[in-house]
Amino acid sequence: MIKQSLQRNWKSLVVFVPYFWLLIFFLAPFFIVLKISLSEATIASPPFLPMTEWVDEGVMNIKLVFDNFLYLWEDDLYFNTYLNSIKISSISTIFCLLIGYPMAYAIVRADETQKNILLMMIILPFWTSFLLRVYAWMGLLADQGTINDLLIALGIIDQPIRLLYTQFAVYVGIVYTYLPFMILPLYANMEKLDWELLEAAADLGAKPAVTFITVTLPMTIPGVIAGGLLVFIPATGEYVIPDMLGGGNVLMIGRILYNEFNSNIDWPVASAVAIALLLVLVLPMMLYQHVQAKESEAK
Amino acid sequence: MPDPSNYTDRPWMDPEAEPFIKVQSVSKHFGDFTAVDNVDLEIYKGELFSLLGGSGCGKTTLLRMLAGFETPSSGYIFIDGVNMNDVPPYERPINMMFQSYALFPHMNVEKNVAYGLRRDGIAGDEINQRVDDMLAMVELTQFRKRKPHQLSGGQRQRVALARALVKQPKVLLLDEPLAALDKRLRENTQFELMNIQDQLGVTFVVVTHDQEEAMTLSTRIAVMDAGRFMQIGTPTEIYEFPESRLVANFIGSANMFQGRITENGPDHVIVQCKQPDCEFYIDHGVSIQEGNKVWVAVRPEKITISSEASDYNGNNCIKGIVHDIGYLGKLSTYRVKTADETLIDVTSPNLARPKDGNLAMDWDDEVYLSWEASSAVVLTK
Repeated sequence: MIKQSLQRNWKSLVVFVPYFWLLIFFLAPFFIVLKISLSEATIASPPFLPMTEWVDEGVMNIKLVFDNFLYLWEDDLYFNTYLNSIKISSISTIFCLLIGYPMAYAIVRADETQKNILLMMIILPFWTSFLLRVYAWMGLLADQGTINDLLIALGIIDQPIRLLYTQFAVYVGIVYTYLPFMILPLYANMEKLDWELLEAAADLGAKPAVTFITVTLPMTIPGVIAGGLLVFIPATGEYVIPDMLGGGNVLMIGRILYNEFNSNIDWPVASAVAIALLLVLVLPMMLYQHVQAKESEAK
Repeated sequence: MPDPSNYTDRPWMDPEAEPFIKVQSVSKHFGDFTAVDNVDLEIYKGELFSLLGGSGCGKTTLLRMLAGFETPSSGYIFIDGVNMNDVPPYERPINMMFQSYALFPHMNVEKNVAYGLRRDGIAGDEINQRVDDMLAMVELTQFRKRKPHQLSGGQRQRVALARALVKQPKVLLLDEPLAALDKRLRENTQFELMNIQDQLGVTFVVVTHDQEEAMTLSTRIAVMDAGRFMQIGTPTEIYEFPESRLVANFIGSANMFQGRITENGPDHVIVQCKQPDCEFYIDHGVSIQEGNKVWVAVRPEKITISSEASDYNGNNCIKGIVHDIGYLGKLSTYRVKTADETLIDVTSPNLARPKDGNLAMDWDDEVYLSWEASSAVVLTK
């Protein structure tokens, strides 16, 4: 009996630790940001007015300022930047999927020794710093960069073409950086795929393309969604890549957030931007969760 | 005695019949490993043909070559006269029931069964009709909207069968069709399969490691070992007239004794064995010389065990003591030890109920074993 309850305590402790971690480092900061987003900006340190105020003995005024959110809604800049961020991350996610799906498939179908080497090559870029890799792309894409030099040397062009500081560079950077996050969940999903199902489909008269559409694709949808979310969510809030490879020409929400915090020192608006971004990202995730729960309920 | 000129049940005996499936000197190598080693095989229309053997004997590889999932390293496979070597699986007139059933987990029973028909571009009404009929036949109509994971093992097996049969293939391949079922379900399904095969006239090729399954189901059996056929024949032929020790041991059990031919007559042979020290009189001739080393196989149920010496006249009989008894209800198995320490297995039906709970023969009783001249088989390999 004592041993059992001890064991149960251990179990709850093990569960408690990550919850405690999330509480301290995720939920608490979230509420702080939420609070700031509902405060009024001022020139002081910190640059916002307190939300609560003692007006009388035992009477406390709580002031919630929704101005910051209204401001986001009224100013086209923010709305368009959100749209642009979502557009860039959506297109990048689709490219990651188009490149990553065949790669994951090829890795799963490779023989054991090759498989490990191929997986290693997917993970290898993580061994160098993310910033270094983005700098490397700057070197490749610059006007006097490797790609332009090579094209000129080959006589294909005689003037360097503008690659760096364009939307194109941002797409290249995001797809390059986030590709492993698409491949790995897809690989994990495909690894579990029962290959006999593909044989069964062929046996029943399905040509390879039909087998892919009717069996392989539906069976790997969970991997596609997991990989898609892992690319889409961080790509939407991406700051470094559009800043370094897009220059000032590509506005994404991460850039706006940075500007509001550091240039305008308008913490309440910056917090509102962050909260709105969270909503934009959390809603599709919740939708996905809901669909998943429904599906597992059906099982 | 069946009419020898009536071949409907035994097409392989008919000199005029064309084989439906023809495997011609087919080999399959995986690297250094030879899975199938230069085999020839002819299977006729309407047969229920079993490939029987232990794991790794090449039976599954051969089946997969018939389905088109593997290509032969050399040799040809003909189905209905057409060379199948370059025909992909999705264009073969063959369907397969997988050992794992390989049902599509994201489709319900109905969609699983309809899958093959949809691929053929058949009209919706006809698909529905055929799926309905097939589900009725395998008694799954009320489960049509269920997903595979909501079904029991036996139901899944029937879905797999329905899915393979609904396309009305010329040949149905079954990979260990009953292995995943429990014993009672297996027996029922065995007879169901035979009925369906009879009704539809489809040629069945079954891969199995279970000799009992092969014996019950098949018109003919091919016993495989190390990528080759050891023997091809009807269940009776294979059981009663095995051609080698391997086949005799693989199908049922057999007492195997080594000896030399001392007399080789046109209608009988006499084999002298050292262990047990005994002369075997066998009433079929063999085509080898006197003095050659041979093996004599006697099935345990073909030996009569008795505590009285009534049949004991020196020919095809031996004396021993009961070393072990296994009581199985309808029959008992005895292990009898002879004077020279040879162990002989005997099975004997328990015809009479034992008196006062005592068995007719008990441990360490002296017993007499005897068998007919037609019971033993002489094996040369």
